[in-house]
Amino acid sequence: MTPPTGLPPYAELLGISLTPRDGAAPTLVLPFRDAVLGRPGFLHGGAIAGLLEVAAIVSLRYALAEEGGGRIKPVNVTVDFMRGGRDKPTHAEGIVTRLGTRIANVEAVAWQDDRAKPIASARMNYLIVRD
Amino acid sequence: MSGFNIDAFMAHRFGGHAGALGIVYHGRGDGWVELALPYTDALIGDPDSGVLASGPIIALMDMATSIAVWVARDRFAPQATLDLRVDYLRPAVPGRTVIGRGECLRLTRSIAFVRGIAYDETPDDPLAHVAGTFMLMDANA
Repeated sequence: MTPPTGLPPYAELLGISLTPRDGAAPTLVLPFRDAVLGRPGFLHGGAIAGLLEVAAIVSLRYALAEEGGGRIKPVNVTVDFMRGGRDKPTHAEGIVTRLGTRIANVEAVAWQDDRAKPIASARMNYLIVRD
Repeated sequence: MSGFNIDAFMAHRFGGHAGALGIVYHGRGDGWVELALPYTDALIGDPDSGVLASGPIIALMDMATSIAVWVARDRFAPQATLDLRVDYLRPAVPGRTVIGRGECLRLTRSIAFVRGIAYDETPDDPLAHVAGTFMLMDANA
């Protein structure tokens, strides 16, 4: 089974695009534009959180596809904001920490110039309904 | 600058991300502020079911709790979200407007503690619960 690559309408509203990687889930890029603007010159925290959640789901769908697929239901998310998002592209990556039979623990990180200096990170728990 | 006139503040339509999501002012009461997120196809996170993505609900609750802090402080001042936790109690019903109610639980000199719920019919049947903290940027730590 190949991983689904289609992004939901909400990801299109944010302007997210995927960067494929060999042997790993794609990373995400969020361009800076009016639709993601918070206070002048800065990304909206909600747009950053949305990017992190899409990154988490992309990585989880990739991992699930390798095990035969399944449906994903969000249980909760905790977002930590470390730095303001400036007027430049933002990158994000999801990391599946544990994929169990019924629960997945996923992290996501967002950064701009330097991966080692994240602007935000998030931890999510998902309920998995196996196909 | 002191005094926060929520009615004057809310008379302006939101621009930027909040404008793109369609978030508008909904109401206020004793200790709470409500914003509304009307349902549109552009906010769908799961095309099979039509359920809204979770990102717009985080943005809604970040703003509703943020405005609740300005009301509680009676001051419009810069603040930064430190963290925000969202529990998704149930899916939002496709087609319904989601209301986000924010409350400021506690103010310290440099931190505001907030909580809130999101609902699409009555506050007794919330679809999400949030808890978060804001750093008050104008405070002397």
